[in-house]
Amino acid sequence: MRGYAGKFLEVDLTKEKMKDIEFGEDILRQYIGGRGLATKILWDRLGDHWEKVDPLGPENILLLLTGPLTGFFPGAKLCVSGKSPQSNGIVGSTVAGEFPVELKCAGYDGLIVTGRAPNPVYIFVTDHKAEIRDASHIWGKGAKETLKILTEEGRRELAERNPEYGEWREPAVVYVGPAGENGTRVSAVTAKWTHGAGYGGYGGVMGSKNLKAVIAKGTGPLPEVEDIEKVSTLIDEISRICYGSDDFRRWGTGAAGYDVGSRLSSEPVRNWQDEWHDEKSFGVDKFEEKVWIKRYWGDFGCPTTCLKIAMPRAGPFKGAITDNPDYENQAYVGTNLGVFTPEENVYLMALLDDLGLCGIQGGNVLGFAGELYQRGILTKEDLNGIEPKWGDTEAFASLARMVARREGIGDVLAEGTYRAALKIGELKNMDLLPYAVVEKGMAIGAHGIRSEKDYTTEGGLMSYACSVQAGDHTSIAYLPLTHGNSELNIILHDSGVYCWFNIMEDEALALIWDFFEAVTGWRIGPEEWYNTTARRILHLQRAALLLGGPDHRWDPKVHDDNPPRFYEPLPSGPYSGKTTDRAKFEKYRSEYYEAVGWDEQGIPKSEELRRLGLDGVDRKLRSII
Amino acid sequence: MFMLVPGAEVPHFCSQCHDYPCVESCPVEALSVSKETEAVLVDKEKCTACGDCIDACPGRIPHMHPTENYALICDLCDGEPQCVKECSAGKWNALWVADKSESHSYKLYAKRPDEVTRDLVINLYGEKGKEMI
Repeated sequence: MRGYAGKFLEVDLTKEKMKDIEFGEDILRQYIGGRGLATKILWDRLGDHWEKVDPLGPENILLLLTGPLTGFFPGAKLCVSGKSPQSNGIVGSTVAGEFPVELKCAGYDGLIVTGRAPNPVYIFVTDHKAEIRDASHIWGKGAKETLKILTEEGRRELAERNPEYGEWREPAVVYVGPAGENGTRVSAVTAKWTHGAGYGGYGGVMGSKNLKAVIAKGTGPLPEVEDIEKVSTLIDEISRICYGSDDFRRWGTGAAGYDVGSRLSSEPVRNWQDEWHDEKSFGVDKFEEKVWIKRYWGDFGCPTTCLKIAMPRAGPFKGAITDNPDYENQAYVGTNLGVFTPEENVYLMALLDDLGLCGIQGGNVLGFAGELYQRGILTKEDLNGIEPKWGDTEAFASLARMVARREGIGDVLAEGTYRAALKIGELKNMDLLPYAVVEKGMAIGAHGIRSEKDYTTEGGLMSYACSVQAGDHTSIAYLPLTHGNSELNIILHDSGVYCWFNIMEDEALALIWDFFEAVTGWRIGPEEWYNTTARRILHLQRAALLLGGPDHRWDPKVHDDNPPRFYEPLPSGPYSGKTTDRAKFEKYRSEYYEAVGWDEQGIPKSEELRRLGLDGVDRKLRSII
Repeated sequence: MFMLVPGAEVPHFCSQCHDYPCVESCPVEALSVSKETEAVLVDKEKCTACGDCIDACPGRIPHMHPTENYALICDLCDGEPQCVKECSAGKWNALWVADKSESHSYKLYAKRPDEVTRDLVINLYGEKGKEMI
């Protein structure tokens, strides 16, 4: 099959055994790769008892998958998946880096990791073979140290194996930090230093399997494609479109830290108690001038290079290094915590990076703790002596360390905002869910809906409530379904697997069917995609989300909704007083159910499932729900 | 392109040294210098993949083709290097084509990636860079 390396590596960590497996063309044609294929694999193996599978237990499966377009479509990405410890559903969590390309060049389209290793291990993948190795010398280490050691060791070993080759370019690594090792629900799978597959919380899944890292080096070419000339031309066309766009190049998403607050009133401020601010100290000009030390940074084949590297060169936070920070992290470990300077924001994000905490999930739970402290619900004593006042960078830093290590109050917060709210609520005999800005167990991305000025409401108010990836702001429910921001298009990119940022222009999106055809030989086309193939994947993800478990099951009547805070009026700024119109929201929700083929309860309709060959899913859903 | 430390990317390109130590070192005369571009040319048929050129290069810049039996050395794409074209189209402008001058010691740039990285990380990250070496 064109575009694919031709095999996947299945790793049973319990038995420490590995084997190559293949999927038939019919499966790959329907599920593509990445998010789509992960969904299929997870459903096939775990679907019949999905609600019983513990995401942090050995039965869960960790998937690290590429897709046929990875390495060809500009901006290579890896898709990480499994049963999510956050939503109890399936999330296609993507991360950029060289790893997916090295993997394909080594002859593998992905890894399927099952079981749990008896001791900490890492996996070393080279051309058509892999080894499981002892990771005790890197277990417990943060991002920078882990990457340094594995890069050195990997390179040294490659040189020893083949000294005649010349200088060996470093292998690529994906790994978890202490937050993942300790099975928190708020941790990411990391690439390089700062790239995270955060949504879904798969860092904890990887850590719970005692898997510290996967290293890959492939010397082979990328797989054969159907029409190399056409692929080459399309790469040029997509690249030219991206080169023509200035926004992400100049500022990354780093202008949004000021703009989404000041202009759009949609940025989390102090745990979403407000969404407007006008702190000029947080303007992108300040980031650019004070802390950006490298202007353009990107990953394999990326024409946009939206990243920057930030590091204060003087002052109390000097030497803290992170990328940008990108908007989500500017918001979540910046404005959300009452922090409004670039240096402090960089310091906090660099810390979270090193611990392996997801900026969004971690920042959200830190903000939640901050509000409980503000309201006197959690005292200094409850917080092990920490007083997280808004803007107190060091206090939040201390709290973040405790979360990653599951120490003291950190052990509860490590469960993520939703579960922490329930737990602390039980201890304090209070309902704390009004302060939890989450969607089905997952922190929501830093784009609010109350002002209706951000993209998250352009396609309707059900953006998070009806997404199969819960709070994922990059995969929202949107009408019309064919719009660039619609979850159905995101499924395409997350299954491809390549970076959405390089296909944001309509001009680029229009080329995607040609691109798929030039690589794979398959003519997918919008008709098939929006009516059949995307839906099949969407319904499977929806089914997994609804079955949920083992600790929580979502009821669409209750949980296909926005968090309580999104119905509170905005307290300040130009849209002060504005909030989400519930009646309007419920109308959008009904429209969306209808549009995607779910019934009035939000359950995928039987005839729709059967039409797509998902009879088994239909039976399972009817039997449980 | 090497990235031994994130952020400190190091292109590892042939510098077309004036004295072409690689060409001099080849025991089977598989290497020559193009009159048009002054780039090093590899005759695939003659090359035995012995690796002497790699050892002779101060930066160990040539490397072996992973499966075929010959050394890979930048030939400047016959005068229109693709890498320069793309870097310029992308407006990063980190690479450009230059006329070879007699008065510059291009050989100084033929360095192993580790060596370049060591200096670059200090320049980029300051004191913090020391932890990364």
